[in-house]
Amino acid sequence: MPDTPNTFSHQHASHCESGVMSAIVRHYGLPLSEPMALGLSSALSFAYLPFIKLGGLPLVAYRMPPRAIIRGLQKPLGIRMRTETFRSTARGEARLNSLLDEGKVVGLQTSVFWLPYFPGDMRFHFNAHNVLAYGRDTANGDYLLSDPVFEEPMRCAPADLARARFARGVLAPKGLLYYPETRPSEPDWGKAIPAAVRKTVRIMLRAPIPLIGIRGMERVARAVERLPATGDLQKSKLFVGHLVRMQEEIGTGGGGFRYMYASFLEEAASLAARPALAELAGELVEIGDGWREFALATARMIRDRDPFDPARLAALLRAQAAREKTFFGSLDRAIR
Amino acid sequence: MDANEVPQEGNATLGGHRKAMYARGADGRIGIVPSSGWEAEEIVTLQAVEDLDRLAADARKRALAGSTSALEYHMYKARMDLTLLSQVSGIWAWRVRRHLRPDTFARLRPALLARYAEAMGISVDQLKRVD
Repeated sequence: MPDTPNTFSHQHASHCESGVMSAIVRHYGLPLSEPMALGLSSALSFAYLPFIKLGGLPLVAYRMPPRAIIRGLQKPLGIRMRTETFRSTARGEARLNSLLDEGKVVGLQTSVFWLPYFPGDMRFHFNAHNVLAYGRDTANGDYLLSDPVFEEPMRCAPADLARARFARGVLAPKGLLYYPETRPSEPDWGKAIPAAVRKTVRIMLRAPIPLIGIRGMERVARAVERLPATGDLQKSKLFVGHLVRMQEEIGTGGGGFRYMYASFLEEAASLAARPALAELAGELVEIGDGWREFALATARMIRDRDPFDPARLAALLRAQAAREKTFFGSLDRAIR
Repeated sequence: MDANEVPQEGNATLGGHRKAMYARGADGRIGIVPSSGWEAEEIVTLQAVEDLDRLAADARKRALAGSTSALEYHMYKARMDLTLLSQVSGIWAWRVRRHLRPDTFARLRPALLARYAEAMGISVDQLKRVD
């Protein structure tokens, strides 16, 4: 595939993986918004996996697992993504350098903790961050990075980037890099969009295990309800704070990706000529507002501005689950 | 959320950066609006940071009193816990747990010390000290 000369342009995005993938697709000639990357790869979700612990807290996600967007865009856009992991740091670095020398832009999975340009308070051991390398500074060898969650392009010294790419632990990136082998082509929106939406509806309403989708939310509500409300509240508060961090802090665009998916539905409505989706986008924005209310109520309880009341938080979560159940039911009917 | 409702409260944990939020603009379309931060989010981020700081400060006190090793202090200071340190260093968790005892830690081979230091991105000298 011939490569366009280095005219890469950085764009600010909410989420790392959708931001990187929409940037790659745009760079190779097909305009694609971040919400479209999220929606078309059916990456919206909800999951509560209490048996996977990160820093002693259960895994909670408002989206599909890492790499879902990279993989999920291949079929609708007819783009073949090549992914490579490495056992040795030296090989991983050499491969990245040679791809950049060819003029490619390369997606990388990294840890957040070892990227020096992240603000100190955001540096946790989270291994599934994504950035895009688009060149090197010939003078000092620094990598030129487009980290979608930052407004401006970043740079990173080789030793730091190697450390971040080869961090170990849960979701270890193993130096993962990815780049397209073929150019993306514009899909038949009238087919690709309904197929992607149907998959999201299926995940949210009909997942085979009760920890995914609406049933996952209900399960979290039950876990919150059972938190001790008296005595030492430290642990209880860390648990509910964790829910909010996963919903807001991890670059979701607010409301646990619900606003971003609403933007996708709005765009999809005109591309696929299905005006019903635009109306549903409005409903989903309101659901996003509901998630923000939950975040605010939780934060106030953490700082003792309101008494800690797990039953109230559980009720808010149940209300969200009920609203999303109705919403995805309507979406299901609208897309048939 | 409308564009004019996107919080601009200057969340200190963002270190002066702005994050992209999706909100409904004046033209009625949903799109990106940069946000300088939301207090609710600042509260939950600081909660996590403060919890790790508290663990590190507590381990520091115990390390200075001689009831735990410097390793425990550095582990929390590197924002890790026992499971993560074990995964990153490739040393079994039960061994890491043993190395939290000051007497065992004082007798550690240089090779093991180097693995811990490397895992946490500090020098062996730093690892042995509690600053």
